Amino acid sequence: MKTLRQVGIVGYGAYVPMYRLNAAEINRMWGTSGAPVEEKSVVALDEDTVTISVECAKQAVRRARIDPSLIGAVYVGTESKPYAVKPSGTIVAEAIGATPSVSTADYEFACKAGTEAMQTCIGLVGSGMQRYAMAIGADTAQGRPADALEYTAACGGAAYIFAERSAETVAYLEASYSYVTDTPDFWRRAKEMYPRHGNRFTGEPAYFKHITGATKGLLKETGYGPEEFKYAVFHQPNTKFPITVARSLGFSVDQINPGLVVGKVGNTYAGSSPMGLAATLDVAEPGDRIFMVSYGSGSGSDAFIFTAQDALRDKRGGPNLKGFIDRKRNVDYATYLRHRGQIIQ
Amino acid sequence: MRRVAVAGVGLIPVKEYWDRSLQSLFAEAALKALKDAGTDKVDSVYVANMSGSFMQDQINMGALVTDSLGRPGLPAVRVEAGAASGGVAFHEAVKAVASGYSECVLVGGAEKMSDVLPEAATTALVMSEEQEYTAYTGVTQAGLSAMLHRLYLDLYAEPAQVGMMAVKGHDHSVGCKHAQYPFRMSIDRAMDSPMEADPIHMMECSGVGDGAAAMVLVPAADSGVEVVGSAVATDCCSLAIRRDPLIFESVRRAAEKAYSMAGVKPDDIDLAEVHDDFTINGILSLEALGLAGWGEATKLVAGNATDKDGKIPTNTFGGLKARGHPLGATGLYQVAEVALQLRGAAGDHQVPGAEVGLAQSMGGMASVSAVNILRRFGV
Repeated sequence: MKTLRQVGIVGYGAYVPMYRLNAAEINRMWGTSGAPVEEKSVVALDEDTVTISVECAKQAVRRARIDPSLIGAVYVGTESKPYAVKPSGTIVAEAIGATPSVSTADYEFACKAGTEAMQTCIGLVGSGMQRYAMAIGADTAQGRPADALEYTAACGGAAYIFAERSAETVAYLEASYSYVTDTPDFWRRAKEMYPRHGNRFTGEPAYFKHITGATKGLLKETGYGPEEFKYAVFHQPNTKFPITVARSLGFSVDQINPGLVVGKVGNTYAGSSPMGLAATLDVAEPGDRIFMVSYGSGSGSDAFIFTAQDALRDKRGGPNLKGFIDRKRNVDYATYLRHRGQIIQ
Repeated sequence: MRRVAVAGVGLIPVKEYWDRSLQSLFAEAALKALKDAGTDKVDSVYVANMSGSFMQDQINMGALVTDSLGRPGLPAVRVEAGAASGGVAFHEAVKAVASGYSECVLVGGAEKMSDVLPEAATTALVMSEEQEYTAYTGVTQAGLSAMLHRLYLDLYAEPAQVGMMAVKGHDHSVGCKHAQYPFRMSIDRAMDSPMEADPIHMMECSGVGDGAAAMVLVPAADSGVEVVGSAVATDCCSLAIRRDPLIFESVRRAAEKAYSMAGVKPDDIDLAEVHDDFTINGILSLEALGLAGWGEATKLVAGNATDKDGKIPTNTFGGLKARGHPLGATGLYQVAEVALQLRGAAGDHQVPGAEVGLAQSMGGMASVSAVNILRRFGV
């Protein structure tokens, strides 16, 4: 998909809460030996998807150097909304000073809700309906105790402000693509606390099929080959999947390494691939072409091609994702349960 | 009784067929077998399936598969005997030809385990045990096997010696196109894997897979592979009331009868495909078949005796652990593999000069077993 007028990212931000739970601590608890990631991020007692979104949004506004009241859309993609009914987007928009002349909504498409929000923002800006539009992918991801997801379900997010391409653009969009089928690999019904999943079904017919479909679709549409990208970001539910899918599609580990934050952060669900893109923008140089693909269960993938511009170098100062990843405090399993509200006073 | 021959063999790779139906797997293997046999004159069909009524909510498999083959009208029946379904279905098909009732029988097995979550697969396995006495306790098939495994370790062997059953299976599976896990696995990897049911490690258990295998049986002529022994036997269902739980009496009885029919002794067997759903069950099967002395099967799998050029090549395509264990189809994979060996069509897995081969499968904790012995014609 291509826009009528050129669109780019004018500001971005990513955030990870301070606390970490190591895989060894989960293994100690359950007598297991898994380690799909080294450790995962855990929220503080007073953090949730909204506070994470606000942290990301504030950074994005700072880097964009714009008047936040000009932001005409704030969309939060998440599967851990603090309220079942009441938008997260309104709180974020209010907190950053974007209200009241603004459109907001919460997006749900499992782990690709954030990139679905990006597609919408790109459409709004590309059509000229909005000057600035903000898309956020953030989660305080749920994983049932002792479930395979408990190793990885983590907290964090990233925000992107889109605007018409100009000298202020840090990376402009070349094209995007969406690939969706009805594939029920992972779901959480209303009022249930934890998602359920189809075990190995989550891999081959879900993650791999859709990421591969979206990647091939966008490469075909643009005529690019994997070697024409400096970097690539694939949705990262664990360290193994993105490496496997990258290799199978002809991308190298060197291309995905800068954006591969899952090992230290865990799977931030809707925040996952947006955070990978943020980590990549933190190291990319003007002219670098970046490939990005999300994956959301249910299932679908959004693929994007961004190319960095000169403004990236100038704008990306200040706190960055690596700083948030390095700033950490490990907690034990009981503290983790308390922070996640799984035991209450 | 008439002599019976295997005229056609069809296998599909054991794997997870997320986008396929149970009947399409059966049909693919069946059509391959019919093509291999060069006939479409099938007059009856036997379908082995263990858990379709639970995993797919599907019964009446006989009509379903004849329909999916485009052959409605044929007599067809599902054979269910737990994980021995394939071996027992083959036995029934042999009887149909031997009796003169049928001239050309298609016998196939199919199972599709990937349709259910692992918890349901575990439930499906233990449905082979007596619900009122054993299964209701919540024990799993791994748990029951673990009791035997524990007793065996107390009496005869070290954990790693039993674990070699899985290591050998994986060794033999390398390069096998229809195997689910065709890679080598070290004994350390097996022993370092998590406990499934102490003392059984995860890598000593067969996995979850989908598959289908089929064969065409006809009256024996003067070439090909002949079925020279085929027997089924049962045992009391509960391990607790068996005289010696380490003796798989049903395997021993079925083997005794099959050996007698074939006019062979265990020493005459050139290769064996045995039921190693858990390593210990493979070990105990080797002993009950008389291929190893009581308490001595680990000595057999420790060296190269079970390799393709060893004394008694065993699980030459990987066995249940590495080729895969799609429940009701498994017994037919085993017999088909023996047939391929005797045809000299086993490729890199070929046992040199193989003339007589045996396939053994069991349901429940060997409360039912089938032993089928095949011989290359003219030997």
